[in-house]
Amino acid sequence: MPMVQLKKTPLPALDPIQRRLGFQEVSLGYSPTQALAEAQRCLLCQEPNCEAGCPVGVPIRDFIKLIAEGKPLEAVRAIKQVNSLPAICGRVCPQEHQCELKCVIKGKQEPVAIGALERFVADYELAHQGAQTSVNGYHRNLVNSLPGKPTAKVAVVGSGPASLTAAGDLARTGYHVTLFEALHVPGGVLMYGIPEFRLPKSIVAAEINKLREQGVEIQCNTVIGRTITIDQLMHEMGFGAVFIGSGAGSPKFMGIPGENLKGVYSANEFLTRINLMKANRFPEFDTPVKKGQRVVVVGAGDTAMDVVRTAIRVGAREAYIVYRRTEKEMTARIEDYHHAAEEGALFQWLTNPVRLVGSDDGWVRGMECIRMELGSPDESGRRRPLPVAGSEFLMEVDTVVMALGTNPNPTVSQSTQDLVSDRYGHIKADPATGATSKPGVFAGGDVVTGSATVILAAGAGKRSAQAIHQYLNERRKAPTAGAPAVGC
Amino acid sequence: MAIIVEKRDLTPITSLFEVNAPLIARNAQPGQFVMIRVNQQGERIPVTITDSNRSKGLVTIVVQVVGKTTHLLRSLERGDRILDFVGPLGRPVELPKHGQAALVGGGFGTGAILSLAKELAARGVEVCSIIGARTRDLIILEKEVRASSDHTYLCTDDGSQGFHGFVTGQLEALVRAGMAFDQVVAIGPIAMMRAVAETTRPLGIKTQVSMDPIMVDGTGMCGACRLTVDGQLKFACVDGPFFDAHQVNFAEAIVRSKTYAEEERAALTTAVAAGG
Ligand SMILES: Cc1cc2nc3c(=O)[nH]c(=O)nc-3n(C[C@H](O)[C@H](O)[C@H](O)COP(=O)(O)OP(=O)(O)OC[C@H]3O[C@@H](n4cnc5c(N)ncnc54)[C@H](O)[C@@H]3O)c2cc1C
Ligand SMILES: Cc1cc2nc3c(=O)[nH]c(=O)nc-3n(C[C@H](O)[C@H](O)[C@H](O)COP(=O)(O)OP(=O)(O)OC[C@H]3O[C@@H](n4cnc5c(N)ncnc54)[C@H](O)[C@@H]3O)c2cc1C
Ligand code: SF4
Ligand code: SF4
Ligand code: FES
Repeated sequence: MPMVQLKKTPLPALDPIQRRLGFQEVSLGYSPTQALAEAQRCLLCQEPNCEAGCPVGVPIRDFIKLIAEGKPLEAVRAIKQVNSLPAICGRVCPQEHQCELKCVIKGKQEPVAIGALERFVADYELAHQGAQTSVNGYHRNLVNSLPGKPTAKVAVVGSGPASLTAAGDLARTGYHVTLFEALHVPGGVLMYGIPEFRLPKSIVAAEINKLREQGVEIQCNTVIGRTITIDQLMHEMGFGAVFIGSGAGSPKFMGIPGENLKGVYSANEFLTRINLMKANRFPEFDTPVKKGQRVVVVGAGDTAMDVVRTAIRVGAREAYIVYRRTEKEMTARIEDYHHAAEEGALFQWLTNPVRLVGSDDGWVRGMECIRMELGSPDESGRRRPLPVAGSEFLMEVDTVVMALGTNPNPTVSQSTQDLVSDRYGHIKADPATGATSKPGVFAGGDVVTGSATVILAAGAGKRSAQAIHQYLNERRKAPTAGAPAVGC
Repeated sequence: MAIIVEKRDLTPITSLFEVNAPLIARNAQPGQFVMIRVNQQGERIPVTITDSNRSKGLVTIVVQVVGKTTHLLRSLERGDRILDFVGPLGRPVELPKHGQAALVGGGFGTGAILSLAKELAARGVEVCSIIGARTRDLIILEKEVRASSDHTYLCTDDGSQGFHGFVTGQLEALVRAGMAFDQVVAIGPIAMMRAVAETTRPLGIKTQVSMDPIMVDGTGMCGACRLTVDGQLKFACVDGPFFDAHQVNFAEAIVRSKTYAEEERAALTTAVAAGG
């Protein structure tokens, strides 16, 4: 009987000094020995509490048991029953708010490192078996459970985690799937948002290659609603159903004076210039970006941490996070927060910008902030930050990045008449199936929920794939009855 | 990937391309644009759709060389491919259904007003097109504009052809002569569009301009193209590119358009040195 290990098996990480020199992945992942040691910390609970914490119900106990038994490929197969993107989720899920939060050993001990184990088996599969498992694995379930031979064409809009999951499941079920992406690279936020040092692009590319092997046709540079409308897809191009996973990509700004000064970016713009357009390698690449010396990032979510760490890597001498609440309320993953701090990010908690000050030629030079204190809880259950009168102060800055969250891009809803969305532009969809107000059109991920998480988007894609299969089956059985109403 | 099926040099700095892009040609409406990336290292830049031919699946663009990417575009020939060619983007321009309209084009904007002129002509609106350039040799597409306008006026800064002076001078002259424009649409250099706005403001003529801020994605995802219009934040690529000229904060837009002036100069110098 091994000694009880109170702490998680430490996840090796790149040296902080070395990190600042490039975009190499920071978190290095377990070796087989480390994974085994960590798997042995799991009590293999009869009623695994942890699974209730996972939004898609990954069979955590079973997959950890398989690791402990030395069967990582079977472990990954078990995960893929419900989560097609374990290499990604193992890296980017906010585990401390989800599965690991619910692990029974949490308290006296640290919870089992579920995320790191999930990543371990997925990486193991990628290294040892390529695309094999996912093709032949669980997907028979879906095909077998729903009778009928699928022949229809399905269109998938966008290529973030929701769309990748939906496209994969539908292709493996036998549908002819075409995925339409607006940008010149597929992957959604996984490519243009989350940086290489947290999620290597080769992992996303491997998922996308897998889809190609499974027969999914990927058509980039195609803006649905503009290049092709939803109605054209369905009525002229013969797509029997459409899944919309167009995300919530439209950045929010604060509405304070000076926000349109030069040197002020949205997080999406800053990250897109660097991740997608490689502006950090200007002039080898043509897209420029201002590499600030004193960078301030407003917000404290995953996006803000990604920006501050990116700014450090492209040469900021001082890089701050400014957040109106405290460390306790921030939504960023704890691992990334620690990594950011190790890399030299500075934090101004309980601080809110009120105005940006510019030079004569329009460059941002200062950020006036006010200190905040926490009052009584608001709708989100978190204590409401209130300004402290007279506490204004000025920060000297040359780059400001707003990481305040995003709204859905209006293009798809504006161009599709009978598709109902709320006043923020979120498409209304049945949470169980993704069915929208328009027959044959399903939606999931951030475009429905607002900016959320990779696993929630992937889960929605999976549910919609199942619902689309059911919808097309029913329609095939009753072709004359017209499209059944599956409104929300 | 889109193949160039025809290229015509219009002036020493302007070229017209016909590009094979059937999906875009099918849905394109007047005033919309495409995003273009020339090669793997390239930047994404917006370019207005000058014309589209649904049955042939062709899209026409007119590009004026200002920096590296437009320089690279101009060096492409018939049969070459444009790596990324995405569209039609932006909201189509809202045009009047009857009456009289003035279209003002400067620089590449002369190409851009062409699709508007055609649409207005089809609607039966009386179209006055005013096209401007520094000098006679830089005037483009005169024949095409004449063919779809009821009246066409040329203006050159140096007086080498047509009206001697700016397009705004010609516009004022027409109003003084009794033209009662229901709407003015101006496309071209931002200084020109601002001048048109200031000309029509006191006259109370509804005026739209096609704003050309720096864009990255062109699909509403980055906010680089943001403008202040009537005190509100707008993204030119999805809320525009056409806005009420009397509500646009031009001063801010002009400052923002110079964000990368330093980098643009460096990039162009190396491109010209490399490409000759
Ligand atoms: C910087 C950053 C860091 C993040 N970090 C984390 C993290 O650590 N953990 C986590 O769980 N979540 C994180 N998130 C959130 C997570 O990435 C999103 O919740 C998730 O990607 C949403 O997936 P999606 O499939 O709904 O859409 P997206 O990933 O947003 O993809 C949508 C895709 O659709 C395309 N598209 C949009 N409109 C159209 C159209 N009309 N036609 C064709 N294509 C279109 C877009 O170009 C885009 O590629 C982060 C987000 C950001 C921005
Ligand atoms: C909606 C719209 C429609 C346009 N239509 C046309 C057209 O039909 N024909 C045409 O010749 N030009 C058009 N332009 C302008 C064209 O996009 C710029 O000239 C081009 O981006 C310059 O790129 P460059 O690398 O050659 O020059 P650079 O040296 O990079 O820049 C020169 C100037 O162009 C502008 N610019 C630079 N990068 C961008 C960018 N990514 N997006 C937008 N502007 C930028 C800046 O003001 C800059 O100062 C349009 C712009 C917009 C926004
Ligand atoms: S998918 Fe995410 S939440 Fe679910 S078990 Fe894996 S790491 Fe935990
Ligand atoms: S709750 Fe914790 S200990 Fe129990 S099965 Fe889940 S991971 Fe293992
Ligand atoms: S160019 Fe990115 S939002 Fe308009």
